Amino acid sequence: MTWSETLRVAIRAMVANRLRSMLTVLGVLIGVMSVVLLVAIGQGAREEITGTIEGLGSNLLFVLPGDGDFGSAAPTRSRFVADDVDRLDRALDGGVAGSVLGGESLQAEGRRLTTTVNGVTGQYFEVVVRSIARGQRFSESDFVTARRVLLLGATAAEALFGELDPIGRNVTIGGTRFRVAGVMERVGGAAFGPDRDREVYVPLAAAQRLFATDRLDAIFVRSATTASVEADRATVMRVLSQRLDSEEFSVLSQDEIIGVVGDILQILTWVLGAIAGISLLVGGVGVSNIMLVSVTERTREIGLRMALGAKPRDITRQFLVEAVVLTGVGGVVGLLLGIGLAAIVTIVSPLPSSVTAWSIILAFSVSVAVGLVFGVLPARRAGRLDPVVALRHD
Amino acid sequence: MTDPKPVLLEARNVERTYHMGGDVVVRALRGVDLTVDVGDSVAIIGSSGSGKSTLLNLLGALDRPSAGQVLYDGRDVRSMSDAALADLRNRRIGFVFQSFHLLARLSARDNVELPLVYRRMVPAERRRRAQHALETVGLASRTDHRPTELSGGQQQRVAIARALVTDPALILADEPTGNLDTVTGNEIMDLLTNLHRERGTALVIITHEREVADLAETRVELRDGVVVKVATREGTGRQFAAHNSEVEGGQRGGRAL
Repeated sequence: MTWSETLRVAIRAMVANRLRSMLTVLGVLIGVMSVVLLVAIGQGAREEITGTIEGLGSNLLFVLPGDGDFGSAAPTRSRFVADDVDRLDRALDGGVAGSVLGGESLQAEGRRLTTTVNGVTGQYFEVVVRSIARGQRFSESDFVTARRVLLLGATAAEALFGELDPIGRNVTIGGTRFRVAGVMERVGGAAFGPDRDREVYVPLAAAQRLFATDRLDAIFVRSATTASVEADRATVMRVLSQRLDSEEFSVLSQDEIIGVVGDILQILTWVLGAIAGISLLVGGVGVSNIMLVSVTERTREIGLRMALGAKPRDITRQFLVEAVVLTGVGGVVGLLLGIGLAAIVTIVSPLPSSVTAWSIILAFSVSVAVGLVFGVLPARRAGRLDPVVALRHD
Repeated sequence: MTDPKPVLLEARNVERTYHMGGDVVVRALRGVDLTVDVGDSVAIIGSSGSGKSTLLNLLGALDRPSAGQVLYDGRDVRSMSDAALADLRNRRIGFVFQSFHLLARLSARDNVELPLVYRRMVPAERRRRAQHALETVGLASRTDHRPTELSGGQQQRVAIARALVTDPALILADEPTGNLDTVTGNEIMDLLTNLHRERGTALVIITHEREVADLAETRVELRDGVVVKVATREGTGRQFAAHNSEVEGGQRGGRAL
């Protein structure tokens, strides 16, 4: 029996059992759809986050507490102080900025917002490249005198003041009043990780007073050129080593951060894909089940075909092709629905999504493979039928 | 007597034993000898349980004997693979069943085409042959009908067309009139015997109806898994001469072939 003939017979058998075929296809379809959709979301998250990091520029160094081994169990306590920023600034050509973070409850005009208060040093906005939409940036004296002034992220401004112009108004943080100096430009794209638009900024000294600490959580170094990044890294290591042990801090380039974060998100993507893959597997079991029923139902037909000259492998191949056609149809439709849903998710929710070629190829080939794997058992059973017994089956 | 004809099919001391689980063993055939020459017509008669279905399976190359030999064109079916047997059935044998065995979702023509599908024949040629076979059985106008839209007699004609579309050496008919009324049954037997006569196709009919059996040149009677009587009609005469066992008297004349 030729392949085209086998395919024709398989399609005819599927059409003859329309409802059952559709329900069988549905199992595979949902599986493929969820694989494509969840992998697209995982991939979208990865691209967005790495994109955000890349947006910081390739000549940025992150100085973080700890030895940089994210697998170490001991929590890392920062030992950076403001003086480290000054010493690094003197030693380097590029810009250096420090930051201390704390979660606080903010109140203004009777509204309340719990968010991250980011205490920053003078060059912070230049180093991490953030700009102010309205109002005034911090002045030199704001930093020196630990003045209680505040810059609001765009979302934070809306949450606290709504339609009101926040500039010049007061925000109370932990019982201390801060005056709003300005509102930051919206950054956007924050479905994952901290929402930069929700953050508020205060001068470092004011934040340290608020948090009752003299430490910094992170130091950022922007090299003058990409070429000088490695030299600057060595300088940072040398300067900080004068005061700190080597395991008390680590210097990471943007690529290294992307590597670590990207790896974590890639694992997330795989986990999402694997969870969805389980539903594809369940769909495959459904195919197997239905094919077994089909073989039993069509035992007489199989017997007749054998009497008329069908070889065992003709019969096996026919049922195998039928299983693969079922899962293949489910694969294609599931793929299209998955891509469509991913697009809808991106439009109606803050979740980003990115359908990649590999997820399409993977989902489709897995669905075909599911047909082959789960079709083999029923197909072989059909091919092994004794024509004498099959002909007399009722 | 006509000239000796080449042997198409030979069963030599064939036994078929079924193991039913436990210690139960059913000896369905206990040493059967039978020869079918090219162009022969043979009726196999016997009550149910006599072993005629088992013999049909063996003659149809659907099954292999437990002991003894079934030789097709001189080849022992026991030495052939399942695939080789399928090929043998496809090329040499046309089956006609009591319950027609047509596929309900296929048209008459598609049903007739079925054996040719397993020959990898191109669709156009298949279609032409199926059309011709349906014309031969007098169903040229019903080719697009499904089995459910045809009468019992018409369905059996479709089945006969399917059997002869491959131009087999042997048509093996298992109670071909069993599901039909007498008039229709006679028409079907006329069709089968005409095909046998005009095309020289050997015909083996399994039946329990004596009127049907009397149409064959040779009549083989089975009882309890052994041949108890072989009767041959000499020449064009209507008398059967028994070769073994008791001589049967009072023959009714069937329609001569």
